[in-house]
Amino acid sequence: MKPDMSPEDFSNCPRPKADYDRILLSHGSGGKLTHDLIERLFVAIFDNPMLDKQDDQAIVEVPKGRLSFTTDSYVVDPIFFPGGDIGALAVNGTVNDICMCGARPLFLSAGFIIEEGLLFEDLRKIVESMKAAADMAGVAIVTGDTKVVNKGKGDKVFINTSGIGVIEHEFDISAANVQPGDKIIISGGIAEHGVAILSKREGIAFETDTKSDCAALNGLVESILKIGGAAVHTMRDPTRGGVAATLNEFAGTSKVGIRIQESSIPVAASVVGACEMLGLDPLYVANEGKLVAAIAPERAEAVLAAMRKHPLGTEAVIIGDVVAEQSGMVSLQTRLGAWRVVDMPVAEQLPRIC
Amino acid sequence: MKFLDEYRDPEIARRIFGEIAKVTTRDWVIMEICGGQTHSIVRNGIDQLLPDKIELVHGPGCPVCVTPLEMIEKSIALARREEVILTSFGDMLRVPGKHHDLLSVKSEGGDVRMVYSPLEALDLARKNPAKRVVFFAVGFETTTPHTAMAVWQAHREGLGNFHLLVSHVLVPPAIESLVSSPHNRVNGYLLAGHVCAVTGWRQYEPICERHNLPMAVTGFEPVDLLDGILSVVRQLESGKATVDNCYPRIVTRDGNPAAQRLVDKIYGVCDRKWRGIGNIPSSGLILRDEFKQFDAECIFDLAGTEVDEPPECISGLVLQGLKKPFECPEFGRKCTPATPLGATMVSSEGACAAYYAYHRFSNQLPTSSATEDKQ
Repeated sequence: MKPDMSPEDFSNCPRPKADYDRILLSHGSGGKLTHDLIERLFVAIFDNPMLDKQDDQAIVEVPKGRLSFTTDSYVVDPIFFPGGDIGALAVNGTVNDICMCGARPLFLSAGFIIEEGLLFEDLRKIVESMKAAADMAGVAIVTGDTKVVNKGKGDKVFINTSGIGVIEHEFDISAANVQPGDKIIISGGIAEHGVAILSKREGIAFETDTKSDCAALNGLVESILKIGGAAVHTMRDPTRGGVAATLNEFAGTSKVGIRIQESSIPVAASVVGACEMLGLDPLYVANEGKLVAAIAPERAEAVLAAMRKHPLGTEAVIIGDVVAEQSGMVSLQTRLGAWRVVDMPVAEQLPRIC
Repeated sequence: MKFLDEYRDPEIARRIFGEIAKVTTRDWVIMEICGGQTHSIVRNGIDQLLPDKIELVHGPGCPVCVTPLEMIEKSIALARREEVILTSFGDMLRVPGKHHDLLSVKSEGGDVRMVYSPLEALDLARKNPAKRVVFFAVGFETTTPHTAMAVWQAHREGLGNFHLLVSHVLVPPAIESLVSSPHNRVNGYLLAGHVCAVTGWRQYEPICERHNLPMAVTGFEPVDLLDGILSVVRQLESGKATVDNCYPRIVTRDGNPAAQRLVDKIYGVCDRKWRGIGNIPSSGLILRDEFKQFDAECIFDLAGTEVDEPPECISGLVLQGLKKPFECPEFGRKCTPATPLGATMVSSEGACAAYYAYHRFSNQLPTSSATEDKQ
């Protein structure tokens, strides 16, 4: 190198590429590409003062009260599906877990494990979708992390979200608090998320109008609490394992029996059709925007009316009640009038042969 | 939903329940052949709502349940081979072999994939020319046209890396075997509607005549099943026996001749072992000599996979209608859907699994009644 060269003399040299269409391992290495990814994508899109500071932690102001704290990881395949995507799911799912005890969700964290080769554009869509879902739910994504793993060591993208909310009431809303006499209410048609996902899964793909019900339920929870108060004994979003698993959890934890009516369970015709074809029972298929609640009988009708006024509860309905007998058991009266057990699912339902 | 709601209508069902009660004067044992029908009967509680004089017993028509243990072992041995992608319908994956099931082989790194159709397996073979794709071909006459079509396509394309592990079985020889058994206690049969959609019911007529055995081609919805039961009871009460088509919206006497021709082109008939029951003459299908290159048992060395059934499992007696799942001492104890001893506890169509899921605590449930008012 000649001693008299100045920096300007390097201006025509090829510079390291900064814009890639796909995520590279270097995007997770902590160098310039990582910095750019965080700055231009996550911070730019999530956009809130706590995240903007880009410290190792977010410092948040929390109103007085007990806190609700939860975490969940999202590995859904495919990452884009009718009615949502892995980003919306990661926000709504955690918001729902926070608020089922009646908490008001406030802040989320987001950890991304990205498989090398993910399209940058796909990641952008996912992050934008998270922002839209967070805005809709009234929460801020205030801290996060990104790792990139070798191709084949992940599956496009996995997202972990944790979140906190504040409990501003004194009620005991818990799966252990279901009481004989309670009415079981479901907020709308079941099994839509599971069917929407299956309809796009490789090797199964079929035509259906069914969209995932993926939604944040904190608004609906607020309207339930406002009207129901102490009569709200428990709420839960029946995700994996479906309504059957949730009701079995209620019955088992509270040591009560739950009796439901098959004819009252809301299932959209397109969901019935898909489940018939796949050999699945909708009671065991996942939901991502529904809740099941046990409400003391004297307030059940009022809560139902309030739920129906909320856009996410227009199809809410009472599907059964809680009894002291048959502790731990969920039973269902079929359309024909016979009674049978609704068991806890053992494993994922396997599609049948014929 | 059209073609569904009207066959689930509680009012129509109640009317037929009433009619069945009216015509029944004696004790009758009726077997539904198909596991799908067993599932629908138990799930809807039809068995609880019939007159006490009518006993429903559950037949061997669950393909997962009757696939012999050694075929499961062969599928596991294939799935463990480096060069093999083993494909199967979903419910085969959890059927226990001697020590493992296909899902655990998958967790150990075996390439096991669930498919909905053998044609998807064929597509995998096209896309993975360096691998051998084996489809575990189980099932009755309903599924044979699909696997036959896959072989025919592979043959036409000259696809050398697609194979079937064939364990197909046939319904009429099984009925013949059940009827001829000295232990037989079944008075009439509900035939599997979807099997008859392919085969028609012509081949059941000789069995019906020979044994004066009432039969009804029956569908799967509650009203379909009740129609079939009513037909068989009427025949039994009148002493007449015929093959009555109670599923006319789907089934014709001759079935689907194109599918039958294709199956006949690809497969010949062989003796086959049924899990829990044993060998039934001329009850299985085997690839014809000109398609042997598609037969996994001819291509791979699968010696040493012979195994015995667990002695405590009574699934053979259940599949022959000789015992109810409740009568097994291990039912709900050692044998549960999470720890199945036999395939009848694995498949959603297996009688033991259906009883476990829906009837396990039936003595603690409220009394069932077809006329009870509901919310």
